[in-house]
Amino acid sequence: MNPVIECRGLTKRHGDLTRLDALDLTVQEGEVLALLGHNGAGKTTTMKLILGLISPSAGSLEVLGGAPDGPHAETLRRHLGYLPENVSFYEQLSGREVLDYFARLKRIDRRQVDVLLEKVGLGHAAKRRVKTYSKGMRQRLGLAQALLGEPRLLLLDEPTTGLDPAATRDFYETVRELRERGCTVLLSSHVLPGVEPYIDRALILGAGRRLALGSLEELRHEASLPLTIRAKGRWPGVDWSAGWDDTRIAPRYLNGSALELGVHPSAKMSALRRLTGTPGVEDIDVLPPTLEHLYAHFSAPVAAASSTSDQRGTP
Amino acid sequence: MNTTFIVARKEFQDGLRNRWVLAIALILAALAVGIAWFGAAASGGMGFTSLATTVVSLSTLAVFLIPLIALLLAYDAVVGEQESGTLLLLLTYPLSRTSLLLGKFLGHGLILGAATALGFGIAGVVIAFAADGVVLGDLIASLGLLILSSVLLGWVFIAFAYLISVWVTEKARAAGLALGVWFLFVLVFDLGLLALLVSVQSGADWLPWLLLLNPTDGFRLINMVGFESAQAYTGVTAIAQNTAFHAGWLLLILVGWIVAPLGLAILRFRHHSA
Repeated sequence: MNPVIECRGLTKRHGDLTRLDALDLTVQEGEVLALLGHNGAGKTTTMKLILGLISPSAGSLEVLGGAPDGPHAETLRRHLGYLPENVSFYEQLSGREVLDYFARLKRIDRRQVDVLLEKVGLGHAAKRRVKTYSKGMRQRLGLAQALLGEPRLLLLDEPTTGLDPAATRDFYETVRELRERGCTVLLSSHVLPGVEPYIDRALILGAGRRLALGSLEELRHEASLPLTIRAKGRWPGVDWSAGWDDTRIAPRYLNGSALELGVHPSAKMSALRRLTGTPGVEDIDVLPPTLEHLYAHFSAPVAAASSTSDQRGTP
Repeated sequence: MNTTFIVARKEFQDGLRNRWVLAIALILAALAVGIAWFGAAASGGMGFTSLATTVVSLSTLAVFLIPLIALLLAYDAVVGEQESGTLLLLLTYPLSRTSLLLGKFLGHGLILGAATALGFGIAGVVIAFAADGVVLGDLIASLGLLILSSVLLGWVFIAFAYLISVWVTEKARAAGLALGVWFLFVLVFDLGLLALLVSVQSGADWLPWLLLLNPTDGFRLINMVGFESAQAYTGVTAIAQNTAFHAGWLLLILVGWIVAPLGLAILRFRHHSA
């Protein structure tokens, strides 16, 4: 498979500020990659570089087989969908007119307009002016715009901002469909819990540098954060706070009928063995560290450093 | 369809939706009919006086209103889209910056053109029906020239508005600068010229040429040419009465006043950071 995005030592400097520092990244076709990071971590800069809106200061970048800021841009842009972070469309036009305008500019079949409006759940509001739309409706209009022309690469900057949980789920289902068709998706988000099941890999950025890159499994392995094991039941006379033959198991919370343990991944089985061997334990939950925990783990050193040094500008 | 026309079509649609076209046309028509009707008020009379007086009065009205309308219409063309985020999005579309700006110019130009033609056209129809002693051919010729030169004047200021719009990063600043440009060309320039005229006693045959440095004076000259009797009402442009400024050349100079700022705006926009 050809990589859709390939960058080596990609760097963007802006005056004294280094927005992005020597990023190496290869994204394959049909992959869903989450870009995670604080404000100013370099997420938007990365997206703008990939879109060809800005040119790299150093390093190489190829998107769909060419540099996005050169003559290749013209062809590239027809296969690209982008949803900017803050966009408010032409208020005086109706949703359909807005989408129609963008469809014309992208030179695609305008029959897609109604199909897409229906798909994002704006079919009933297609003829209303954007002025009357709620924030969630505007965001969905933006999504429909990004989906115009069946893009091969989709870049979504904070796509679920302003969406209610049901709409967020619908949105991620759309992302899943797109991936099955072979579309590559890059999305940045700070709403982490919803995004987990739908991404293949995550790229964690901090202060312009790549802090971690990998699938959730790889990130968990790399971080080796403790698992959480919860148990429920009735266990008169059992002292859970002691008696673990392993230092990698730490009881966190206990009372007469509930127990929570922080367990290093390699000690999972020994903890489970004792729990299952104890009469009275009725239920056991094993919770691997979530993306949120991983994100906090990887970005903690940078967050600590940037809170002591000067505040960095947002990209 | 060419991307320039796609953008132009959308801008025009937006202009219709905002009721810009309607508002401009109605204001121009109402004021123009008013001027035609009360043109003789200064001499104590009522009713239509003469075609010359009316057209010169109309051009005086246009010289104030058209630049203001054009600047208001177009000052946020780029900076407004930048603030709402759509500019960033448009730049990721297969669309060059030049055709984006040209498309906007075409759209805004069409809005202003349609509204001006409609506004002054209504006034013309009212005059043709209601006033006595007007030769229809003369009316059409002088109103036609007024409409043509008004539209060109409007386009000049749309081009100025774009130049402002690509230069600044805030809408409020663009609005302030647009008002400044209006103030400079419509009011301050003529005052300065007047002061110069008074201080230079005689032999300043180069003074009329200074009028060409201001598109609004070019516009006034166009509508004054051919109305010898009306030159008393034309203010500072009267200094040009002995100079043979031909209407055709003046129109060409107005076109130059469109091309120069628009070209600069395009150049600047192409190096605009995203």
